[in-house]
Amino acid sequence: MAVPFYVSPDQIMQDKAEYARKGIAKGRSIVTVEYADGLLLMAENPSASLNKISEIYDRIAFAGVGKYSEFENLRKAGIRYADLKGYSYSRQDVTTKSLANAYSETIGTIFTRDPKPLEVEILVVEVGETPAQNEMYHVSFDGTITDRRQFAVIGGQADRIRTYLQEHYSQDMPLAEALALSRQSLLAGYERPPAEESALEVGLLERARVGRKFYRMTQAEAARAMAATNNGL
Amino acid sequence: MPLFSGSYEGASFFELLRHDVPHLLPFHHLHNVPQLAAGEFRLTAAVPFATTVLALRCADGVVMAGDRQATEGFEISSRRIEKVYKADDYSVIAMAGAAGPCLEMIKLFQVEMEHYHKIEGETLALDGKANKLAQMVKQNLPAAFHGLVVIPIFAGYDLRLQQGRIFKYDVTGGRYEELQFYATGSGGKEARSTLKKFFKADMKREAALALALEALVDAADVDVGTSGPDLVRGIYPVVKIVTCAGVTDIADDELRPLSERLITALQG
Repeated sequence: MAVPFYVSPDQIMQDKAEYARKGIAKGRSIVTVEYADGLLLMAENPSASLNKISEIYDRIAFAGVGKYSEFENLRKAGIRYADLKGYSYSRQDVTTKSLANAYSETIGTIFTRDPKPLEVEILVVEVGETPAQNEMYHVSFDGTITDRRQFAVIGGQADRIRTYLQEHYSQDMPLAEALALSRQSLLAGYERPPAEESALEVGLLERARVGRKFYRMTQAEAARAMAATNNGL
Repeated sequence: MPLFSGSYEGASFFELLRHDVPHLLPFHHLHNVPQLAAGEFRLTAAVPFATTVLALRCADGVVMAGDRQATEGFEISSRRIEKVYKADDYSVIAMAGAAGPCLEMIKLFQVEMEHYHKIEGETLALDGKANKLAQMVKQNLPAAFHGLVVIPIFAGYDLRLQQGRIFKYDVTGGRYEELQFYATGSGGKEARSTLKKFFKADMKREAALALALEALVDAADVDVGTSGPDLVRGIYPVVKIVTCAGVTDIADDELRPLSERLITALQG
């Protein structure tokens, strides 16, 4: 029997992390911001049918960057987890915290155990009954989970976008302003602004909506709402 | 409950339960009951039964209504039970039969609709919903042999055909479309007679609501398992209408004057 070469765990983890980062950096970023009436999720997405942002449960939404098939599987697993829990207990018992932890555990286990890590970063966010009860969790490719306030960014250009948002974010923005800010921040992610803006995918968690809070905005709706503000370009 | 614990990968919540957590299915318990010959073991006197529900088409879509009584043998077990539910944005479901399994199946059906929508990103066609419900009713057949019958009526607004549609079922999961109206449950026959006599195509909303109530009042007049509008306690049937704008609950304020008129008419 051939003895495999020894590679230090340090080296293995580093290689995996680098591999995952490379995969994620290929995709465009996604931003989530808290605004006056809920949470806004925005992604640049040329496809109208392959979504990066989606509904998980009454108050919970999901966004993923990286390899589509991988975050799509995570998204579906999240919906199954939430619906099963809601069916066997009650709708109020489906919490973002426990879902985000389940994601963290799953992604973390795959990172350490499998030869190939997941090339994904995800956001799991919840609109609370009051703005103070909003929750935003960021789970990265190795399962590291962090909670965010005000805004959260995932994807290859996250650092530049985060810097832009730190400078320009203000609390209790109306929707139109939040849309314009998110779009500007996505543009700020480019080193050189693109000649042509790509299509936007926008999901909202609206606090005032009855029942399921998720609403998918169409391109036209988003454009119309942004036209209402001067920063809309 | 870890993620990826199950093996099912499709878009149906019902199938997800069947594959991965069968003990959560409404009729699962019967697999553990020793097999009995049909009719040998009946629970009819021990569990509440929900009774008359009906649906009729109208100009804008479809109206569905159900009385509020649940009966346990010769006793009234509830005066406020609800048998008509919104299934999703464009459809409603009502059930007659053993109340427990009925309510559980309605809940399962609601989650099924929502689950499919979230996983696939689009809603099922009305025919698809009706077929899925047929499969669920069929799964309940062993329970039906033990007396736990569950008979739904399913109705909704078909966005493709732009009209209301009604589906009735039998215990074996048989699915049949009704073009005008249908009523089932212990007072179903009586309600159907009234509907048959007064039904007209393309009725306006008010006329359709009045007819739905009248059919329930007539059923309650003859059937001990069905209650009419209870003016004393202020309990009115549950009535919903589905149109191209979605499902709307009819408020008690609108049902009260209609009910009063019908009951006054009974005084002769």
